[in-house]
Amino acid sequence: MKRAGFSTPWLPVLLLVPQLAIIAIFFYWPAIVALHSSFYLQDPFGFGSTFVGLENYTHLLGSAEYRRVAVFTLTFTLLVTFFSLALALLLAVKADKVLRGAKTYRTLLMWVYAVAPPVAGFIAVILFNQSWGPLTELFGLFGHTYMVGVNFNDTAFAMILASVWKQVPVNFIFFLSALQSIPRSVREAALIDNRSASGRFWDVTFPLLAPTGFFLLIINITYALFETFGIVDTVVKGEPGNNPMTLVYKVYVDGFRGNDLGGSSAQSVILMVLVLALTIFQFRLLERRIHYT
Amino acid sequence: MAQVRFSNIGKTYPNGFEALKPTDFEIQQGEFAVLVGPSGCGKSTLLRMVAGLEEITSGELSIAGRIVNAIDPADRDIAMVFQNYALYPHMSVRKNIGYGLKNRGLPKTEIARKVDEAAALLNLGDHLDSKPSQLSGGQRQRVAMGRAIVRDPALFLFDEPLSNLDAKLRHQMRIEIKALQRRLGVTSVYVTHDQVEAMTMADRIIVMNAGRIEQIGTPAEVYHEPASTFVASFMGAPPMNLMRTRAEAGQLHLNGGALCETEHEGEVVVGVRPEDFLPDPDGAISMQVDIVEELGGHRLLHGQIGDDTVTVHVSNEFAAETGPLDLSVKPGAVCVFDAEEGHRI
Repeated sequence: MKRAGFSTPWLPVLLLVPQLAIIAIFFYWPAIVALHSSFYLQDPFGFGSTFVGLENYTHLLGSAEYRRVAVFTLTFTLLVTFFSLALALLLAVKADKVLRGAKTYRTLLMWVYAVAPPVAGFIAVILFNQSWGPLTELFGLFGHTYMVGVNFNDTAFAMILASVWKQVPVNFIFFLSALQSIPRSVREAALIDNRSASGRFWDVTFPLLAPTGFFLLIINITYALFETFGIVDTVVKGEPGNNPMTLVYKVYVDGFRGNDLGGSSAQSVILMVLVLALTIFQFRLLERRIHYT
Repeated sequence: MAQVRFSNIGKTYPNGFEALKPTDFEIQQGEFAVLVGPSGCGKSTLLRMVAGLEEITSGELSIAGRIVNAIDPADRDIAMVFQNYALYPHMSVRKNIGYGLKNRGLPKTEIARKVDEAAALLNLGDHLDSKPSQLSGGQRQRVAMGRAIVRDPALFLFDEPLSNLDAKLRHQMRIEIKALQRRLGVTSVYVTHDQVEAMTMADRIIVMNAGRIEQIGTPAEVYHEPASTFVASFMGAPPMNLMRTRAEAGQLHLNGGALCETEHEGEVVVGVRPEDFLPDPDGAISMQVDIVEELGGHRLLHGQIGDDTVTVHVSNEFAAETGPLDLSVKPGAVCVFDAEEGHRI
């Protein structure tokens, strides 16, 4: 690799400062504060704090409610990741075969990507509106009274639907470009070697999509865990009650609604460790195994 | 018996572009046919139509006595070797070679036996468990060959299989492929833009230009009796010298000198291969030599006869130098072409 040469040792530092400053202010500092306050019990009115050691953590791990939210988060993440990837792959495989009007078709599919998560959540709220939501009416036809924000499963379904809908376009773009980067001759060789289209897909196309698929898997897990905050927030309208919520949303609810800053900090530290583990897993284990060239 | 029969086969794209004008010809059992022509002449399209990768828009194609127009590539009983090898990057060499057999439902032991046989034949025994990315270009080419051989097809198709290899390897693989085809006796259609490959490998050459077949013939026929000025200038390196001249009173003249007798009258184009000119102190044709190209075994003299640029091939025993040189032409070596249409008359 070519090494860049700098005449003064200060120039590279100077160039790095803006990025380092952003990371320091928005990641390292809050992370350290969170780690620090997770060992303290904060007075709800800000009159002081008491050092409690690991009590915030032990309390969390012993809490049935925290476990319930963790289980929901896991289910939610798995479902959102699976359906986002599967639907996007299906759409990409189909779009790849479209010859006429391919560009229009692709642009239409990608549009949703520009929708912000809270807006996606809001659209879901409208679709599932108690009195005039079209999807509520649809479920009504099948004899199910849909009650978003009241019925746990109904609310969870609306969240999952909105989250999947929001994420499909990103995955679609990646899958489509991965499909198009498979050499034409390799597909043609498969055409001569295997008469079954589904056989060709699983034996040749799918393995060649694996590197992209793995990258997207990590991206989607991260998305479902963290970036769905806006959707969850809009759907439950800040009133958790009996409603489903994810671990990230619980950090917010406990910290800013419950004023339990210590417990909330402990939760964010746990999430931080989770992300760290996920990242290490990505770089060390799997990425090395799925590579061909 | 005709192994491949093209009856009025043509290809027109939906945008109206006619990539291949309707053509008729046959390839015999065990024959090595080479499709040669400049890029964009339709040779690859024709091959891909045989493979079933490109739709046939008119005419009928039959392979081994069966009309295959509507038959899937996998069921045409063909094997194809692609220009960039088209190996499956995620499969080992063993799996690459055996993939087609697995899909035909052959028992595992049978597949293993055939793969081992092909690997031994192609010197790939040590690489069966490697991935294609770990192999050299020549080895990848052999794997692609192996994949074709194990299928035991009625027809081999080669789409410029050597053009990604360096010159030395290309020469070696050329001989290997030809020898392999001889040994297996499988009918083959080979596409190339390299006329040397065509000359050295083919039983019959099919010269194509602009979606049309210019000539079908043995390498010797195509070389010595080109059907058109296109074939004359495409085949052979250096190509045939083409010179515009007039035939008068049964005699062809070149730059004032008598060339040969002819039945034609008027404006024509004459073609003479570089090696068919002989340095001859009594020769009637005078050439102005500008450059002498030393090639070891022989020399090439580049220069002018009248207004035409010509190349003359002489042996290394002939002491060539720049300046005027008198030439004669080997008897019967002159080809005469129509001055307007370019076809041979």
